[in-house]
Amino acid sequence: MEQKALYDYLLLLGDNPTILGQRLGELCGHGPELETDIALTNISLDLFGQVRNYFQYAAEVAGNGATEDSIAMLRLEHEYKNALLVEQPNIDFAHVICKQFLFDVYHQLLLNELVNSKNDQIAAIAKKSIKEVDYHVDFSSTWMQRLGDGTEESNEKLKKAVDFLWRYSMELFEATETETLMAEMGVGPDLNTLKPLYLEKVKEVFALSNIEMPEKTTFQFGGKTGRHTEYMGYILAEFQYMQRAYPNMQW
Amino acid sequence: MNKEWPIWEIFIRSKNGLEHRHAGSLHAADAEMAIQNARDVYTRRQEGVSVWVVESKYVTASNPEKSGELFEPAKDKVYRHPTFYNLPDELKHM
Repeated sequence: MEQKALYDYLLLLGDNPTILGQRLGELCGHGPELETDIALTNISLDLFGQVRNYFQYAAEVAGNGATEDSIAMLRLEHEYKNALLVEQPNIDFAHVICKQFLFDVYHQLLLNELVNSKNDQIAAIAKKSIKEVDYHVDFSSTWMQRLGDGTEESNEKLKKAVDFLWRYSMELFEATETETLMAEMGVGPDLNTLKPLYLEKVKEVFALSNIEMPEKTTFQFGGKTGRHTEYMGYILAEFQYMQRAYPNMQW
Repeated sequence: MNKEWPIWEIFIRSKNGLEHRHAGSLHAADAEMAIQNARDVYTRRQEGVSVWVVESKYVTASNPEKSGELFEPAKDKVYRHPTFYNLPDELKHM
């Protein structure tokens, strides 16, 4: 029972960076500037590096012949536990940055707690990942400010992105049964305690970016329990193609 | 309005104690972005521990037409190299 919960928790930790990493990977060769292109794909690689750590451990916990690759590539859509936020389409650079920012702030708060996890392996992964994520937060929050405080057009585009993406932000803090159990066991944080810190940081960066906090938002939930938006199938079709077409293929 | 980002010259220190060396140049809208871009473009394989960025327009370069007067007079003055001393045998690594 506990092994199953731990396995599920590792998926919850690993699926967000998996899907966000895949979304960033889509931008390879399509970044607005060469330097930004490299930055975004670097962040994608950071995320996939972290994912490998989670899924290698998950494979060990599962103990049923699963591998990091089979866990990453061969699950069905409803078995992915990523939040809806990270699967949202890139649309334009403002959406890419806003999505990244809304996730990065959460990610940093989460990892800061996970370094104290009672599970040594999770604590070690968090410790290794936190420096990368500190940089991601710097990157996306300075870009938020540049766009929001840039031209009228860039501010307008960022506003649209915030209006579209904000509804997916609170799912990150909506604890699933697994997350509640892990918090009780001291493996993961109580997500409720992270929410005020998150709102504080987001408000601060929004203010610097001339963006108002959206009011009366109807928040969307479901990704963490396997109910995804229509974008998810397309992401997986591309993501899983090689393993589905050439089973057990390796580099 | 010029929509191109300005060019920045990037200097990387590969190890503490060594000097910053010119690594190349890149585009960035401001200094902070130049540092972040330099980090991503030039230090992703552990090349550095410190980065300097300078907007290229602030670098003054010597005029190639003046190469003659600037550099050629040094050509026939080999005695400026410290190679004419007799070194004692005990002295190694010179």
